[in-house]
Amino acid sequence: MDAFLAALTLRAGYNAALVAIGAGLLGFAAGLVGNFLFLRKRSLVGDAIAHATLPGVALAFLVMVALGGDGRNLAGLLAGSAATAGIGLLAVDWIARRTRLTEDAAIGAVLSAFFGFGVVLMTVIQTLPRGRQAGLESFLLGSTAGMLYLDALIIAGGGALCVSLALLLRRPMTMVSFDPGYAQSRGIDLRAIDLAMMGLVMAVTVVGLKLVGLVLIVALLIIPPAAARFWTDRSERMLWIAGAIGAASGYVGAALSASAPDLPTGPVIVLLCFALFCVSLLLAPERGLLATALRRRAYARALARRDGLLALASRRNLSQTARRVLLADGLIGANGAATPSGVREAALAARDERRWELARTLRDADPAIAAHDGVSPVEKALTADMIAEIDRRLAEG
Amino acid sequence: MLDEIFSPQFVQLSLPPILIGALAAIACALPGNFLVLRRQALIGDAISHVVLPGIVVAFLLTGRVSTWPMMIGATVAALVAAILIEAIRRVGRMEPGAAMGVVFTALFAFGVLLLEQSGSRNVHLDVEHALYGNLESLIWLDANGWGSLFDARALAGLPPELPRLAIVAALIATATALFWRPLAISTFDESYAQSIGLPTRLIAFALVAAAAVAAVAAFEAVGSIIVIAMFVCPPAAARLMTDRLGAQVAWSLLFAVISAVAGYVIAGYGPLWFGLPDAVSAAGMIATISGVILAAACLWGPRRLGAGSAA
Repeated sequence: MDAFLAALTLRAGYNAALVAIGAGLLGFAAGLVGNFLFLRKRSLVGDAIAHATLPGVALAFLVMVALGGDGRNLAGLLAGSAATAGIGLLAVDWIARRTRLTEDAAIGAVLSAFFGFGVVLMTVIQTLPRGRQAGLESFLLGSTAGMLYLDALIIAGGGALCVSLALLLRRPMTMVSFDPGYAQSRGIDLRAIDLAMMGLVMAVTVVGLKLVGLVLIVALLIIPPAAARFWTDRSERMLWIAGAIGAASGYVGAALSASAPDLPTGPVIVLLCFALFCVSLLLAPERGLLATALRRRAYARALARRDGLLALASRRNLSQTARRVLLADGLIGANGAATPSGVREAALAARDERRWELARTLRDADPAIAAHDGVSPVEKALTADMIAEIDRRLAEG
Repeated sequence: MLDEIFSPQFVQLSLPPILIGALAAIACALPGNFLVLRRQALIGDAISHVVLPGIVVAFLLTGRVSTWPMMIGATVAALVAAILIEAIRRVGRMEPGAAMGVVFTALFAFGVLLLEQSGSRNVHLDVEHALYGNLESLIWLDANGWGSLFDARALAGLPPELPRLAIVAALIATATALFWRPLAISTFDESYAQSIGLPTRLIAFALVAAAAVAAVAAFEAVGSIIVIAMFVCPPAAARLMTDRLGAQVAWSLLFAVISAVAGYVIAGYGPLWFGLPDAVSAAGMIATISGVILAAACLWGPRRLGAGSAA
């Protein structure tokens, strides 16, 4: 616990602090970029890009060894991963546009074929005298153990770069994600923005390779926006919430993993992210399950109260639920007779109901009337002079 | 090369993995045809990730690496994932791809964490094994030549994965043949299928269930990477060869078998031809070959542009 708190407050060593900051920045950038992917319904393209990095990592290692280096230079490995990820991305794009195959088939094909080729190269590396210590497996699931100062610096710097690029491209990407047709009419090149978006996905993937690993990095692109969706419908807010969820899981996950020896970084970050998703799904005030259930209950109660008041006004028998609600609100006494406030409320409800009925027969095409939920008073839907008109007609009988 | 094939070592060391690889490829490619047509190609990807936590939990409960508990664990995990995906999709009103991405990454992460925490790494259960499988280790020591194929005592020593995958592949092939017409109709024109009274939801569910069975059986023998590749690459390549469903399925089976056989042979013998001492990963090579076949089909397949525009 102490180790975790130390890591969380950046006191667990310089490298660990850099890595935690880098992971937070990376999570933030992934949340932003993932949000646009999510809205474009292209979340899983990130998975193809991520798996396509493996052959690049292995090839970069082989090239660096062939040139006489020790092959473990992180910058070199990441450059290699970016190269094959780019090829994979172009392959997905090409297959989906130039053949009859759909994008999901293109994603699955590129993902498996590139990853398979990467595995072949990994077994080649393992047969090399220096290959066994290469530690390239850490790129599968992410690992921050024993990270060099320079590596930590690359991750922190890369995370910062991803965030600034995402912020820079925020406006056109928002426009393209929400309304491609409108964006095009404003002179935005859809293809260019789409490619820029994918380039950002690639940048996030490459930076996240050492931290989260290529199998799971796609989670950081998908889960934060999926969670943010429960909090709001507004685009700007959803963007920041997704970024915040990604940042929190990256930062806390890296700290948690640094504080315990057998907590692999990638899975910890992803599971934290998923935990935030579950919290959002259950508790978010806008569209969370709890809020929805409460709203539904409140509506059912309002409906029963209204029914009960109308029954009081026309001296019909009260239903079980209506009786309970009216009793709780002090509108009827224990004997079932209306209290003075009950009489008043019942009269108001009856008048409102008559107004609604007439409004419906007079203006049945009005959407404000068609959308009536059976509970709201007529004042909410119609203007004062419309109501006055209705009352005049009601008085005429 | 011919001498190789007639040597007892070939039957001992190479024949079982080649057969197992081919059977796994067939079992996955068959349902893959319909998944690709239904734009559900990534279901194989999701299932093969989700299988990991199921296997780890089964291991933790039984304490042993044994087949049946793990198969059951994997199936339960696939079922849980399917329910979670559907629930998240409905509650969050989001597209299926995103819901799938949330569920399979979270479950896979859970599986990895469990694996690392439980120390089950020491008993030959690790993430790399789950990804690449271990095709090369499925050997038949009781064989001493092609004659052993007719020797009951030697046959008893076959790797158990071989008969198991043969049964699964046969079951899936039979089911595909039996339900061919309803499957085809509901895949190409769902509203028409509904109008003539076909249970389209049941068919969709049965297809995913068949895919899950194929994935779980193949995963245990050959690892998830072949499973993902075989669900997508051979059917996708076959789709670029023909407009007829029957021909497409035939092409896909051909491509799947070619990938499995050529992939294994190239992985095992290819490095020797280049003067390298050691074989490379057969699973990786099989996936690579299937990708090469798809690339060729994308470039030269007669129906690569779709029905209307092809010459």
